[in-house]
Amino acid sequence: MESREKELAVLKATANEIRQDIIRMLGAAGSGHPGGSLSAADIVTALYFKFMRIDPENVKKQDRDRFILSKGHAAPVLYAALAQRGFFPREELLTLRKVGSRLQGHPDMKKVPGVDMSTGSLGQGLSAANGMALAGRLDGRDYRVYVLLGDGETQEGQVWEAAMASAHYRLDNLTAFLDHNRLQIDGPIEEVMSPEPLAEKWMAFGWDVQVIDGHDMAQILEAVEKAKKVKGKPQMIVAETVKGKGVSFMENQAGWHGSAPKPEEVEKALAELLADKL
Amino acid sequence: MTKKVATREAYGRALAELGKNNPAVVVLDADLSKSTKTADFGKLFPDRFFNMGVAEQNLIGTAAGLAAAGKTAFASTFAVFAAGRAFDQIRNSVAYNRLNVKIAATHAGITVGEDGGSHQAIEDIALMRSLPNMTVFVPADEAETAGAVEAAAKMDGPVYIRLGRAGVPSIHGEDFHFETGKAVVVREGRDAAVIATGIMVTAALEAAGALTGEGIEVRVISMHTIKPLDIDTIVSAARETGALVTAEEHSVIGGLGGAVSEAVCENYPVPLKRLGVQDIFGESGKPDELLVKFGLTPAAIADAVREVLKRKGQ
Repeated sequence: MESREKELAVLKATANEIRQDIIRMLGAAGSGHPGGSLSAADIVTALYFKFMRIDPENVKKQDRDRFILSKGHAAPVLYAALAQRGFFPREELLTLRKVGSRLQGHPDMKKVPGVDMSTGSLGQGLSAANGMALAGRLDGRDYRVYVLLGDGETQEGQVWEAAMASAHYRLDNLTAFLDHNRLQIDGPIEEVMSPEPLAEKWMAFGWDVQVIDGHDMAQILEAVEKAKKVKGKPQMIVAETVKGKGVSFMENQAGWHGSAPKPEEVEKALAELLADKL
Repeated sequence: MTKKVATREAYGRALAELGKNNPAVVVLDADLSKSTKTADFGKLFPDRFFNMGVAEQNLIGTAAGLAAAGKTAFASTFAVFAAGRAFDQIRNSVAYNRLNVKIAATHAGITVGEDGGSHQAIEDIALMRSLPNMTVFVPADEAETAGAVEAAAKMDGPVYIRLGRAGVPSIHGEDFHFETGKAVVVREGRDAAVIATGIMVTAALEAAGALTGEGIEVRVISMHTIKPLDIDTIVSAARETGALVTAEEHSVIGGLGGAVSEAVCENYPVPLKRLGVQDIFGESGKPDELLVKFGLTPAAIADAVREVLKRKGQ
């Protein structure tokens, strides 16, 4: 039990570092999406620093676990995790969105080591995850495929085409997260175009569904461990999150979906995150 | 009269053959496997065949995921749904990532017939050739189809193969060798050249035969690869004949006619006439009736040749 607590403390500290990197790189870029990057930070940290069997020295290893950031605009959280995990130098994060950088505004699998699928046009990640899960089964490999969707993203019809197929093909090597931060660019998802009730919808589509606090590291770990044991069904973990989590002035503000912090805001945000870490 | 075989049937056979030799090949369809002829592969290799239901966006996206995990994924449905409905998935999940997804789209053009304009893709070549990384094949007969399927499986990256519903006669002999990006001169001639693709190659050959009676010798070129375009063969035809006609079962905007016009204008301008669907949608009818109504006949090609010959040297 003591080791679990230690593990949680380390993961929380890593998530905090990732949040700092998100703020730094967005500040340097001058544009990008902080809100949905920060809301997904704990989930992405758990996957990259606890669960995923990946090797920065052998990036394309056939039996590696895969992760698809279907909500591709949260690229900063993925880049921060990959850099911390050793896939490329951390200082490269400051080249985000600049001409000639590998770190495109949305993840590009041809450019960035460790990115398993390019995303950006919403609604496409789960289909690709299905394909990878089918290939894994066909080849008798035991890798898992993880995918992270946004809640606003579920307004895309393709998500439901894919949801139907994951269950139809009983893809139990597939675990999805829904970053349920309840905000999209134009405002609250329930005002713009409500996709609710989301947990019930995924259940109705034949998925194993858990609902957790997406910022409680212990709950994230338990949910993934439970999901991995499910047989015959894909698993959806609906993570209740806060957009902009960790930076007080960004939390629950739709305005921080797609605008970068100015230098003084970067300082303020980093000060808060550092204080939180101590 | 030789036996007619639709290019979709040739595709089904080639695909089943490919499955025997290449275990990396997987096939996906969207509830049209009997029409697209992927069902033959499905029967032989059920583990490697995935029916995705009536969900073309997910069809292409899943193919991308399979390809990202090392498979060579052939995805089939009607051309109007593949290139149209799933365009963004082809663009962002497939072409952007240069993945090994081979989109074999059947029932292209107006010879879909009775189903009507909603089902007749007349813009798919334009859409597909505008995408970076995409190779575009439009085979004219069984031999070109087999060659295109084989080449698609061998090459790295996305391919769009445009196939037809209706039967077409063989235009190539036993010794035919398909080469990506290399057009085939199927008939020699020095007065004018008809550059055709798909079912229009047969029509062009008929037109050339008829024009001989008027002392006009027409070169006929089968442009089975629209991208990468065989500019050398096009420029040679422009230089050596001085008058060109393009013929395709597709809109005159952005397809073969567009591609050839671009190449000719930039390299060796000569009089040129584009035969195809004249910026209108298709409609219901028997394929042969529609070809007449839309001006995609040997007679229409012959008229076009006479027209460019008049402009030649003016």
